[in-house]
Amino acid sequence: MALDKYGIAKRIAKELQDGYYVNLGIGIPTLVSNYIPEGMTIMLQSENGILGMGPYPTQSDIDADLINAGKETVTVIPGGAFFDSVESFGMIRAGKINLTVLGAMEVAQNGDIASWKIPGKMVKGMGGAMDLVASAKNIIVAMQHTNREGESKLLPQCSLPLTGVGCVTKIVTDLGVFEIKENAFHLIERAPGVSIEEIQSKTEGKLIVPDFVPEMEI
Amino acid sequence: MNKVFKDALSAIFDIESGATLMLGGFGLNGIPENMISALVQKGPDRLTCISNNAGVDDFGIGLMLKTKQVKKMISSYVGENKEFEKQLLSQELEVDLVPQGTLATRIAMAGLGIPAFFTPAGYGTEVAEGKEIREFNGKMYLMEHALHADFSLVKAWKGDTLGNLVFRKTTRNFSVAMAKAGQITIAEVEELVPAGEIDPDDIHVPGIYVHRIFQGKDYEKRIEKVTVQL
Repeated sequence: MALDKYGIAKRIAKELQDGYYVNLGIGIPTLVSNYIPEGMTIMLQSENGILGMGPYPTQSDIDADLINAGKETVTVIPGGAFFDSVESFGMIRAGKINLTVLGAMEVAQNGDIASWKIPGKMVKGMGGAMDLVASAKNIIVAMQHTNREGESKLLPQCSLPLTGVGCVTKIVTDLGVFEIKENAFHLIERAPGVSIEEIQSKTEGKLIVPDFVPEMEI
Repeated sequence: MNKVFKDALSAIFDIESGATLMLGGFGLNGIPENMISALVQKGPDRLTCISNNAGVDDFGIGLMLKTKQVKKMISSYVGENKEFEKQLLSQELEVDLVPQGTLATRIAMAGLGIPAFFTPAGYGTEVAEGKEIREFNGKMYLMEHALHADFSLVKAWKGDTLGNLVFRKTTRNFSVAMAKAGQITIAEVEELVPAGEIDPDDIHVPGIYVHRIFQGKDYEKRIEKVTVQL
């Protein structure tokens, strides 16, 4: 069965390593913070100026001066730090962030990503996504495999305006886990009970399927 | 030297129509609430506003959009605002969308006296169109210019009579760099104290950058998305 958004987040949490500094985008990526393995120290970066972002506050701990990049009230964990936007993107640009997880509308088999604009419809802006994808060494895209019309979001090339070029290394969708290399999507795991045929039929870009594709363990 | 003004309206006395303004804040977090209200009251129009976001319909820069005082926004993200969308589609409003890190750094460069810099953000996208592209150590970068403003309007937690500023939690955001980038920088603070009361070690923006300061009042500090643990 295809994963729900919590399943996608759980699978991405398996990519975390102790001591990682991690930037989680809005949507499914934010859910990853709920599945940090016990005993692991993960410092979440929020690009508006937090390292060590904690969970949502209790009603009595709400502080209007403390929000995350999604403009939600949050807390900070012991050992956290505040800084300004220039420094925040300095640490992003200088490659200090170990893992970046973000959503996308389309990903191409060469690692291009489109996530910020649909021409002719409302343009909200790219926020920090272009800065993140241009500098992160380790980018995972978390998204549904197909769009609302049922069309593949894993494509030979993006049709929407790009956020960045050749930058995505891994994708976790509701159907499987894919590595991007040598101009193709390499299927490395499939969601529990999802057939290779289903993944093939819903992947428009070049898909490489090895002889054995294990089911995800989540 | 007297940098202290009595209120927002007196501190923005010379902001005229057509001015370029930087407004600190991220979403509604740490925005110069008092000066936005004063701008609405004073009424200059055809303003260019440099701010990461454009507020919401009835708060922040959204208030100045409603009164059609803004000609152009330079921002990284402008969702959450229907009035903005309406004016953009009817071409009453221009918008220049800039990647957030590029925007922050362009502002910072103005305060550092550096005219331009290279960043990889936006390479290969429409953001790079018409810009100088260069390769450094095998990676592609585009040239971005420092961003200046006639006036920078920032809100700090605490400030002293010499203009030294201290911020609280995530409200530093764009405000620290903007404070250093303005031709004239005006700060509103929740608490104005005599010079010497703030420990020099704690100062985020030294007073040299701040030309005017006033004690703000009636802070609403609206929260865009109240999220709590269940």
